[in-house]
Amino acid sequence: MTMPSSDISQALIQAVTEAADRRQPLQLCGSGSKDFLGRTPSGASLDLTGHRGVINYEPRELVITVRAGTRLAELEALLAAEGQMLPFEPPHFGPAATLGGTAACGLSGPRRPYAGALRDFVLGVTLINGRGERLRFGGEVMKNVAGYDLSRLMVGAMGTLGVLLDVSMKVLPLPEVERTLVQECDELQAIERMNRLAGSPLPLTAAAFDGLKLFLRLAGSEQGVAAAQTQLGGEILPDGERFWHRVRELEHPFFGNDRPLWRLSVAPGSPPLALPGKQFIDWGGAQRWLVTDQSAERVRERAIQHGGHAQLFRGGERAGEVNHPLAGPLLRLHQQLKQAFDPKGIFNPGRLYAGF
Amino acid sequence: MSHTPNIDKPALIRALQQQLPAELILHEQEALRPYECDGLSAYRQVPLLVVLPENAEQVQRVMQCCHRLGVPVVARGAATGLSGGALPLADGVLMSLAKLNRILHIDPLNRTARVQPGVRNLAISEAVAAQGLYYAPDPSSQIACTIGGNVAENSGGVHCLKYGLTVHNVLQLKLVTADGELITLGAEALDAPGFDLLALLIGSEGMLGIVVEVLVKLLPTPERAQVLLAAFDDVSKAANAVGDVIAAGIIPAGLEMMDGLAIRAAEDFVHAGYPVDAQAILLCELDGANEEVSAHLARVRQQLLDSGATEVRTARDEDERTLFWKGRKSAFPAVGRISPDYYCMDGTVPRKRLAEVLLETSRLSERYQLPVANVFHAGDGNLHPLILYDANQPGELKRAEDLGAEILELCVRVGGTITGEHGVGHEKIHQMCVQFSSTELNQFHAVKKAFDPQGLLNPGKAIPQPRHCSEYKALGSDTLTAPSARDQGARKGV
Repeated sequence: MTMPSSDISQALIQAVTEAADRRQPLQLCGSGSKDFLGRTPSGASLDLTGHRGVINYEPRELVITVRAGTRLAELEALLAAEGQMLPFEPPHFGPAATLGGTAACGLSGPRRPYAGALRDFVLGVTLINGRGERLRFGGEVMKNVAGYDLSRLMVGAMGTLGVLLDVSMKVLPLPEVERTLVQECDELQAIERMNRLAGSPLPLTAAAFDGLKLFLRLAGSEQGVAAAQTQLGGEILPDGERFWHRVRELEHPFFGNDRPLWRLSVAPGSPPLALPGKQFIDWGGAQRWLVTDQSAERVRERAIQHGGHAQLFRGGERAGEVNHPLAGPLLRLHQQLKQAFDPKGIFNPGRLYAGF
Repeated sequence: MSHTPNIDKPALIRALQQQLPAELILHEQEALRPYECDGLSAYRQVPLLVVLPENAEQVQRVMQCCHRLGVPVVARGAATGLSGGALPLADGVLMSLAKLNRILHIDPLNRTARVQPGVRNLAISEAVAAQGLYYAPDPSSQIACTIGGNVAENSGGVHCLKYGLTVHNVLQLKLVTADGELITLGAEALDAPGFDLLALLIGSEGMLGIVVEVLVKLLPTPERAQVLLAAFDDVSKAANAVGDVIAAGIIPAGLEMMDGLAIRAAEDFVHAGYPVDAQAILLCELDGANEEVSAHLARVRQQLLDSGATEVRTARDEDERTLFWKGRKSAFPAVGRISPDYYCMDGTVPRKRLAEVLLETSRLSERYQLPVANVFHAGDGNLHPLILYDANQPGELKRAEDLGAEILELCVRVGGTITGEHGVGHEKIHQMCVQFSSTELNQFHAVKKAFDPQGLLNPGKAIPQPRHCSEYKALGSDTLTAPSARDQGARKGV
């Protein structure tokens, strides 16, 4: 399988250096599939999609290194051809989504609580900092504690710390079989059951509740899945793959409206949040999607009560603080780190928080 | 770093006595001596004084005091570290977190445990075993090492091939900053807003803050775990079999390798039933649902035979499984019995380069005339060559250090790293110059400055100054080896 490949890092370094000299804010752009996330983008566009292609892929090593502009769909097809996958099951939010954008947004799908998040599979990155320097951190090996872990720091930073040039990731074999079981229950029962099951040795790889039914996905060897299925009971969902795809991409009917969508990240076993509105529970209870008329303060207060935070994920007023406000000392640390990577403040200013 | 080299010790003691009960401050020479080194005892330094805070608030008060007076602080857990990361400073405070040793809360539904940093790694799994849960990272020192130290080093262990390192198994940290503020990183949820400071702090070797509380993730104990022991008449065949097993689409819970020297030392020590005439063995653990383990055992056994194993044994029962692992986990002390001293390295390489790196290591071993035993996390490509030497023979420690440096540089050359899980600490600071450019090192220093502008937390460890690297590269490794080992003489390796 061939994939478009081009290295434009020299041009990108030059563009960053010139922007730094002129203190010209840059908006780091992939395909634009995640423009709706974070605060309203600003700055001159720097198109990263031309920096693409596989640098190194050795299925035996369970490692792939690709340029950040590589399309996620192409990357996943390449892995699937070798019987492998990105274990964190990233949402795409568009056909042209790039790996770089996905990493910058730190997005993981339904498998996240059981396999790990995108950041857990990042082994190394090459980046351009705000001084126009090309830096490589981490590497292509499974364990590496030389120096601070600056690779994982890039994940979810929304491009505010540097331009990702390439990312090395650990990949895993595709499961032999996947099967989704479904059963009716109420919210309290669903949360309780998802968490009890996660604490027992079952090959669980996704658990969601749509308000009426609990969906459990099992994956692994045929023998292991069959044994778990007998133990759990419930009906087999005929097209499980499609169901999880729609959950991952926010294409499930629950998400089919234009109203502001909150994402509450809470301790998975938290009881029903008892906020007015509609809810969809994913990540075995740890990710609760909410459509509500309640104020941001009230939503955030509830998330804090349950050990987490709330993010205005989609829609609503994007010029405001869509991400959960940071406590004073933590905000100062963020500002100092921003200064450490991007002293002129040119990368995606204000995309994550208004202050930087 | 900008800390003052001449600190008025009596004045510092008086200042600290206003913050802490007097018995929690040690300053007499005799009381300080036990703190002079960590697990890498070739390097020793008696600290200026030792503080033993009993709670997070006392940690904050000590940090506020030291911050005001510009006194550097080195944090220490159980001091089992193998890179001199907790090596004290002559003009600094050593802060032992040993008294913060309580398990605060266990939450079976959310599968978490909230613990203080001085809690031992194994104590967590013991405390939650009744709920069918455990804490996955299991360094060989897990009976003694503390979770705070594990966080500082991003410790791994035998099972991290499948279950990850400390960074994959910690949800939240409470941290005291260089200026004595208490901050929380991460959450009880699976992620937190803003930058991933949790990931940044884990493995930062006590340079960015002092951990005073850890929320760890717990996993369900697998229904069944079974171990295969495969013997090989050739080290390269064993090394290549590692990649073959993983290429077959199965991720073992652990995949460990021992070479002939290590096999015989371990067998003499714990009588694990290892084949003593083998050139290498692999220990391959499979876990999961009963049916799945059965299916995978058959596949892996066949794969190992296809890869050239002369014999593949399955542990007959749980006792034999424990015994197989006991031999592996006792391998370091076992090697300690056959040599006056040993020096443990920690490079990681891509799995496909294992055979060639082992071959080259044995060539280097011959050249330096020092035996090397290999016992390591093969599935991760994380090598632990143990260099056998005798510190009482003039020049042998120096030769061991030089051999170690060459092995690490070899690891970098084949696309690996100088440290997979032990940390850079004091020990590998020169080799950082081989792995990173000066711009990369400067970026590390900028990050350090964002947390600790005065450079008070564990100064001089983990990240070398770029100018120091130019000297190292210009002069070669001979002139710049850490002076403490030379001056004070080494006793026992590790």
